[in-house]
Amino acid sequence: MAQAPKFIGAPIKRRDDPRLIQGLAHYVDDFNPPGTLHMACVRSPYGKANIRSVDVSKAAAAEGVVAVYTHEETKGIGPVPVGGLVPDAKVPAQPILADKQVLFAGEPVVAVIAETRYGARDAADLVEIDYEPLDAVVDLEAALEPGSPKVHDDYESNQAFTWAIAGGDVEAGLKEADVIVKEKMTNARVAPLALEPRGVLAHYLPGEDKMTLWTSTQVPHKVRTLVAGQIGMPENRMRVIAPEVGGGFGSKLNIYREEALAAFVTRELGLPIKWVESRSENFMTTIHGRGQVGEIEMGLKNDGTITAFRYNVLADCGAYYQLLTVAIFTLTGLMLPGPYKIANMEMNATGVFTNKVATDAYRGAGRPEATYILERMMDIAAVELGMDPVEIRRKNFPDKSEFPFNTSAGLSYDSGDYHLALDRALEAADYPAMRAQQEEARKDGRYLGIGFSTYVEICGMGPSAALGGQGWESARVRVEPTGKATVFSGASPHGQGQQTSFAQIVADGLGIDANDVTVVHGDTDVVPYGVGTFGSRGTVVGGSAVVYARDKVRAKMAKFAAMEFEADANDIEFEDGKVFVRSAPEKSAGFADIAMMAYSAIALPEDTDPGLEETHFFEPSNFTFPFGTHIVLAEVDPETGDVEILRYVAVDDVGNMINPLLVHGQIHGGIAQGTGQALEEEMIYGEGGQPLNASFMHYALPKANRLPRFELLHTTTPTDVNPLGAKGVGEAGTIGSTPAVVNAVIDALSPFGITHIDMPLRPERVWRAIAEKRA
Amino acid sequence: MIPASFDYVRPQSLEDALASLGEHGDDARVLAGGHSLLPVMKARLADPGVLVDIAGIEGLSGISETEGGFQIGAMTTHAEIESSALVQERCRSLAEAAGSIGDVQVRNRGTIGGSLAHADPAADYPAVILAAGAEITVAGAGGERVIGADDFFTGTYETALHAGEILTSVRIPAPAARGASAYLKAAQQASGFAVCGVAAGLALDADGAVESIRVGVTGVAATAYRATSVEEALTGSAPSAESIRKAAAGAGEGVDALDDFYAGADFRRHLAGVYAARAIGKAWIRASGK
Ligand SMILES: Cc1cc2nc3c(=O)[nH]c(=O)nc-3n(C[C@H](O)[C@H](O)[C@H](O)COP(=O)(O)OP(=O)(O)OC[C@H]3O[C@@H](n4cnc5c(N)ncnc54)[C@H](O)[C@@H]3O)c2cc1C
Repeated sequence: MAQAPKFIGAPIKRRDDPRLIQGLAHYVDDFNPPGTLHMACVRSPYGKANIRSVDVSKAAAAEGVVAVYTHEETKGIGPVPVGGLVPDAKVPAQPILADKQVLFAGEPVVAVIAETRYGARDAADLVEIDYEPLDAVVDLEAALEPGSPKVHDDYESNQAFTWAIAGGDVEAGLKEADVIVKEKMTNARVAPLALEPRGVLAHYLPGEDKMTLWTSTQVPHKVRTLVAGQIGMPENRMRVIAPEVGGGFGSKLNIYREEALAAFVTRELGLPIKWVESRSENFMTTIHGRGQVGEIEMGLKNDGTITAFRYNVLADCGAYYQLLTVAIFTLTGLMLPGPYKIANMEMNATGVFTNKVATDAYRGAGRPEATYILERMMDIAAVELGMDPVEIRRKNFPDKSEFPFNTSAGLSYDSGDYHLALDRALEAADYPAMRAQQEEARKDGRYLGIGFSTYVEICGMGPSAALGGQGWESARVRVEPTGKATVFSGASPHGQGQQTSFAQIVADGLGIDANDVTVVHGDTDVVPYGVGTFGSRGTVVGGSAVVYARDKVRAKMAKFAAMEFEADANDIEFEDGKVFVRSAPEKSAGFADIAMMAYSAIALPEDTDPGLEETHFFEPSNFTFPFGTHIVLAEVDPETGDVEILRYVAVDDVGNMINPLLVHGQIHGGIAQGTGQALEEEMIYGEGGQPLNASFMHYALPKANRLPRFELLHTTTPTDVNPLGAKGVGEAGTIGSTPAVVNAVIDALSPFGITHIDMPLRPERVWRAIAEKRA
Repeated sequence: MIPASFDYVRPQSLEDALASLGEHGDDARVLAGGHSLLPVMKARLADPGVLVDIAGIEGLSGISETEGGFQIGAMTTHAEIESSALVQERCRSLAEAAGSIGDVQVRNRGTIGGSLAHADPAADYPAVILAAGAEITVAGAGGERVIGADDFFTGTYETALHAGEILTSVRIPAPAARGASAYLKAAQQASGFAVCGVAAGLALDADGAVESIRVGVTGVAATAYRATSVEEALTGSAPSAESIRKAAAGAGEGVDALDDFYAGADFRRHLAGVYAARAIGKAWIRASGK
């Protein structure tokens, strides 16, 4: 691009918003092909139980019921796909419908197919299942004790896997330390709760031997390859469409039982089969996130220099793995050193089976856990050493001249200036004034606290070799005969706004208006084979593929223009809807005229084919590592345990921003979700393995009235890992916020001598911690 | 979240509604705003065969002055109560309770009659009803009767309403010359329901001494209750912040409190004391200004 970008970097409003706000978007549930049958699942009410018998006769005889399926009829379907395993992982096969045992509350046992959704639901109540309830495994630590009930009868214990990562020598580092601080911490199991629950509509056309599967997913091509495999269908006979997807947060980066089930049933019945998850099902059967309990040991010199960091952690897998259950925990290990120079680190993880739904990727996926324990420990160490939380962090930052920075966990951080982001945040917050305000408030018997989180995270997933495959993304750019441009992306955005940002990328490169660019995604028959949207990769990897595909089309158009103007293709410029010769600007044509030349093909440049359509598969050379500083000012009411966030200042460095409005949107949502984990969210199970709060009446999502106005700032440290210089922003807010909020609360409570309370900091927990200290 | 099938009738008069209820007996349920009833039906915890929608009955909705107070029709929504100038002036705690219920959507649909008839132990109104000494009018096949606040809430989801009766209105007595009230609550973060809600209504005499006081507590026990020990401790003398705090501590003492994952029994009892102190203090400041 010769000219300055016109659209890249501009805060353009999201194209999706009008249709989303007006209810004009089409989600899976909005598609109703004629003859659609509805599926309802009968699910286990127990954490663990033997199935003595299943009697479907009454259900099958009910009005409007077309078919009823149990394990027997569906056992030919392949088990739920799992990947990202570690060598010693035990891998239980997850059936589509439970056979002799159910292993978590919500596990499907029977599927009822009926003419209406109501009929299916009514008939589900008529299925008679005789269960023998068994002892359930709920608590991670108890699960590993000898004599614990077992999740899987045929395994020796509840240990699912072990995995370790180490850099340097932690024992030596601890010896070198002046002080050693230790703490046990929990990252509670939380539910992702996308506002649109999952949904599937499968429609097999026997004449064509073709199936279309609409599903609310982040990874349509993965669904196609894997579900086709499960039901034994060639994948090129299957078309997967991810229509409007109402959020995923990682929970839809997965292959679920109902997808294969609906695909199997439509092939049997030849009619469309629809299943739309209820919110209760969403709580019980869609993956959860986090779920770690661990002990941390950290060695430091008196001046605050970290000499060692160790995390021995139990990881809650649930009863079966989903697609990336095990891999998520390994991300915690990779990011354990965070933004600090920690020469000696190790994480020893033990995966634990429990009678619960699987954990898997939830916004941040492994990194929030690492950031949380590290940032909490920084504060605990600061208190121990009598240092300011800012100084102890500064002490351990690498300098910007040290990038690319190689960590003891084996990663190479691309670029960064951690001091600068911290400085900006301190300045914006007016840190000295904040401390003075805290002092003043304490005199009045009010408890204010200041919480920091200086984070770095890993984005742009990622080089294929590092991910164990499929780290690339694809894009095709077509300039239409009329001069409009269409982007076909292999990424599958579901709320992030790439329909807008990809248009900005293409408009700038081709010198046309962003409104003349349409972005298409989420249809495997239409877009090139793609990987999907997760791990903050949509723009970083997917957008980079768009850049290269765009440039290929541009180069081809330049050849047609050069032929027309009898000029050199390198001398062709694209600007404001015109194509012209740079050294002789009077030689100029409309962008659409050159496009039409390529399609009419009456004359062709040498070695050039007709048409303007180019594809690129982009393989990144490294991950990207956004970073930043979040500062929270919070007040605690010690009598009620209530926490109120008074101020929230965040400086996020996400590299170059394609669209700052979208960046802010991601950070807003991320902060809200991270705050939810800090203050409110946690899946709670009774002894029998039943979730006690699987509804929005009991499980609190952070609401707008609990959050202050966010003060958002940026530093910009581009990356050279991709042509956009963008680092990714989908998860930064979630990762940065959780520890900042908790640190603020703990800082507020420091007059009581409190140094740690496990999340979520619900009023009762805060009150109890104070009461204990007062007693 | 799909309810079992049911029949639906929408009578136009109280007589027809009562007749419908009589005809279907246990199988029928009154439908008001639906914001307690429909969720339990969708969860299939209830499956009435007939819903008798009382929204079409004229005269069941609205707020009007009466001799010695004001009256609220059973079908009046939380939003109407929250924003009524009359309620704000005469019984501030009631407006505060209404305004603290759930969210805007719930307040736009849910009704005071439905909330009182449902008698959720964590509902907000019961505290105010007790503190205000309200009277509840119900209609049945045999005619009308009036139930005093102290006799209305009989247990968890249980009231003095008989099967087949319809709650028609709530009467709130006029405040004393130097009377005021306040309602404060600790809301469950997910639902907004009261983990502890306290309404205090008091009247001061010319010297500033407490002439009368009523304190209602909801969310803490299986049924909303009056904190009579607190009332007794404060009656007859001029309060101070300190005396209020001391007396209010008794609001939760000895109560057989609810206990769930969100708030243990001891925490709820503690909150009752804290919120009683704050609500009484607020009502006292309001009354002192008169
Ligand atoms: C998300 C959510 C949050 C909520 N948060 C709160 C909260 O914070 N605080 C709070 O107090 N409440 C809360 N509620 C409940 C809400 O206030 C309900 O509106 C109220 O409890 C019931 O009123 P309704 O008009 O909707 O009654 P319905 O649901 O229609 O009826 C409830 C019950 O009362 C019976 N009934 C209704 N009207 C009459 C009548 N006139 N005579 C006899 N019987 C009758 C019905 O048969 C039924 O059994 C919440 C509800 C929801 C859905």
